[in-house]
Amino acid sequence: MEKILEAKNINKVYPGVVALDSVNFNVYKAKVNVLVGENGAGKSTLMKILSGVEKQTSGELFLNNKILEINSTKDAEENSIGIIHQELNFFPNLSVHENIFIANEILNSHKTINVNKQISLTKELMLKLKQDINPNSRLESLRIGQQQIVEIAKALQKKTQILIMDEPSSALSKNEASVLFDVIKELTNQGVTIIYISHKLEEIMQIGDVITVLRDSKFICEEQISKIDIPWITEQMVGKRSFESVNDSQAKIGNKVIEAKSIYLKKSKSEEFLLDNISFNSKSGEILSFYGLMGSGRTELLEIIMGLIKDFDGSIYLENNKLSQTSISKRISKGIVLVPEDRQGQGLVQCLSVLSNTLLSKISKKISDFFLNSNQERSAVNKAIDYLGIKVSNSDNLITSLSGGNQQKVVIAKALETNPKLLMLDEPTRGVDIGAKQEIFYIMKKLAEKGLSIIFVSSEIKEVLAVADRVLVLAKGKITKELTGSELTEDSLVKHSQG
Amino acid sequence: MKGMTIKAALFKLRAFIALIFIFSFFAFTADAFLSSTNLIILTKHVAINAILAIGMTFVILTSGIDLSVGSIVGLCGMIAGLLIDKGLVIEFLNVVIYFEIWVIVIISVIVGFIFGCINGFIITRFSVAPFIATLGMLYVARGFALLINDGATFPNLIGKEELNNTGFPLIGSGTFLSLPYTIWVMFILALIAVFLTTRTKFGRHMYAIGGNTKAANLSGVNVNGVTLLTYGLSGFCAGVVGVIVTSQLISSHPATGTTWELNAIAAVVLGGTSLMGGRGSIGGTIIGAFVIGVLSNGMILEGVSSFWQKVIMGSIIVLAVMIDQLQTKFIEKDD
Ligand SMILES: Nc1ncnc2c1ncn2[C@@H]1O[C@H](COP(=O)(O)OP(=O)(O)OP(=O)(O)O)[C@@H](O)[C@H]1O
Ligand SMILES: [Mg+2]
Repeated sequence: MEKILEAKNINKVYPGVVALDSVNFNVYKAKVNVLVGENGAGKSTLMKILSGVEKQTSGELFLNNKILEINSTKDAEENSIGIIHQELNFFPNLSVHENIFIANEILNSHKTINVNKQISLTKELMLKLKQDINPNSRLESLRIGQQQIVEIAKALQKKTQILIMDEPSSALSKNEASVLFDVIKELTNQGVTIIYISHKLEEIMQIGDVITVLRDSKFICEEQISKIDIPWITEQMVGKRSFESVNDSQAKIGNKVIEAKSIYLKKSKSEEFLLDNISFNSKSGEILSFYGLMGSGRTELLEIIMGLIKDFDGSIYLENNKLSQTSISKRISKGIVLVPEDRQGQGLVQCLSVLSNTLLSKISKKISDFFLNSNQERSAVNKAIDYLGIKVSNSDNLITSLSGGNQQKVVIAKALETNPKLLMLDEPTRGVDIGAKQEIFYIMKKLAEKGLSIIFVSSEIKEVLAVADRVLVLAKGKITKELTGSELTEDSLVKHSQG
Repeated sequence: MKGMTIKAALFKLRAFIALIFIFSFFAFTADAFLSSTNLIILTKHVAINAILAIGMTFVILTSGIDLSVGSIVGLCGMIAGLLIDKGLVIEFLNVVIYFEIWVIVIISVIVGFIFGCINGFIITRFSVAPFIATLGMLYVARGFALLINDGATFPNLIGKEELNNTGFPLIGSGTFLSLPYTIWVMFILALIAVFLTTRTKFGRHMYAIGGNTKAANLSGVNVNGVTLLTYGLSGFCAGVVGVIVTSQLISSHPATGTTWELNAIAAVVLGGTSLMGGRGSIGGTIIGAFVIGVLSNGMILEGVSSFWQKVIMGSIIVLAVMIDQLQTKFIEKDD
């Protein structure tokens, strides 16, 4: 194996945090170089250094054994290093092709943008990624998984020699991910080097060649994927061999908490129904899951219950009382809360601190709650930080200074602070490491035992099987099957989700 | 704050340091600058702009803008003048009611609040861009100010003993502990505003709306309510200024306050509040208002021609924000 890029003794210090502590990282040519580690281990920071977004505090980079100075993203581009960032950054108001060719526009002889060429190239890219995305759609109109695909297409279009992918699959469905893996195979065959970060260990075993593990900002080890297995990875990442699987909950299933009757929702700008006569209920002490392909309307269903989507037909009852067109804050104070799928867009206020974000949803019960009590707030937040194991040095730090997985935990903490009766979680484990994932499942079970009703949406079949008491399978706008107990198997979920 | 380096602390106080620098410069070069009469005049001028800028800060924190405050100043001043000079005429009953001064003050300020709320209502209910809605109000409120007395002023607003409405000029000229009331009003409003922005839910919600409206909405923040109220408060501040200025001049002119919204915006921006919303502070705004006030006062004392004053003032506002941007980048890169 030929080393193409090497990072030696990299240190990166943020005020109050050592993000990287003399880390070594070898990248081999035309291989899939996997980087793993818990949330906050320093993976994204290392990638930001390689791609010129951040500058290391000390340490050296070598490209083909020659010392490499990267001071800006431009330097990285000139050395043919490209990156797909963990937190998507695109222009929601621009179209797919404009996003893909941003700052890289194809010009014709009059120095104007050659839109037709851009569109046809975008179509080619989408064909390669087996995606049915219109090059003229605005980015904000796409699902988050499709936005991720566009981000991938943008990186592919640049034709770099070293391509960094920071959790590219976290928002992708199984099918979309397997297309991505095919593309990765093709790229490595063409000699392109891939650096791949993910918390999904199965896919790492499937596509990786070499693995490097970081733990607590330090380099732990490097190994050939062919020589290891999943328990080995968790052991290196966390320092212990495996997690007890979540034990079966003692929760007693009680009364109906939420009931939806005959929900109809039209697709935007079309007469087709995204949700076509959906009725269901969820009970206290129960973890209910919706399973379906991307775009099957799971997110929309949750948004209807939360009150975000208002133009639907049908009715919703909370503990047998009809919910009229109430505002979101009313619904939250009645005990309904949603952890949204899109944490940057809908989950976090980027310019506020960890503390302010965590407490943003807290409901006022007394007049005096109008005034903020810093001691009380601080202790509440510290409790949440402990409870969810959020890695942060000071809760006054900006939310954006946290690693992706830890930001996700803050969104969950915010929802729990409202003391809900119905907790809806839309892909809550996106970008969360395995330890924390187990932790979140454990918390879900505990909350169910306390009598909460939980609705959980995930595109990971294994997660659904691990936590759900009951699964409703959605396909083509209808509930095609209700599964409980021993009927809950991977095969039956897949079968019924095809419609 | 714990763990803050000296450099970071200096950076936080940059606007204040700049203010001290400008202040010292005029203190050394302009003789009359440090006299207590001049300082009080200066602060009185600053107070007018600062009060408007406090309301403007609320609005800008939610990533809005309020172009109508200058016109609302004029309108509220005219209303105060009308009520003192002519009273409230109810034609069909054929009666004229004269109010006591404190009632007139409250009515004028409430009119400001209501006009602000109308801005907020149009912006939140009909999704009109704040720039457009308040631009419209800039014309509408000015139009009403002119209509009230057919474009004329209300001179000599001293009231009449027999109508029990004397004493209005005292608001602008009275003092407490040898400081004019105007300055006290600024202090008190600034303290309330600091409290609102840093210690209440309402304040945090303003920041959240400016930072990410969607996330704020999903978190249960009453986005429309909070936004509407910030415009109401901005109108309220304009009403307060309208009363104070009218009292200082002892007469109300329908053109009072023209372009004052721009001074207020300049103070907010100089104070480090982002026009994108979500970042900024009342303290910064007050400092920004002082920077503008000290500069114009100093330049007058130095005998700078009023044309050059404009050139210098404009350049300094832009320069200050430019330096701000550079430093932000520099600090972010550096640690
Ligand atoms: N701008 C910043 N300011 C302060 N601390 C930061 C900043 N960026 C990252 N950190 C800290 O550096 C550490 C490493 O973060 P990093 O984003 O590299 O983690 P990660 O391994 O990518 O985690 P995840 O799996 O959650 O994405 C974290 O503790 C984080 O809080
Ligand atoms: Mg990361």
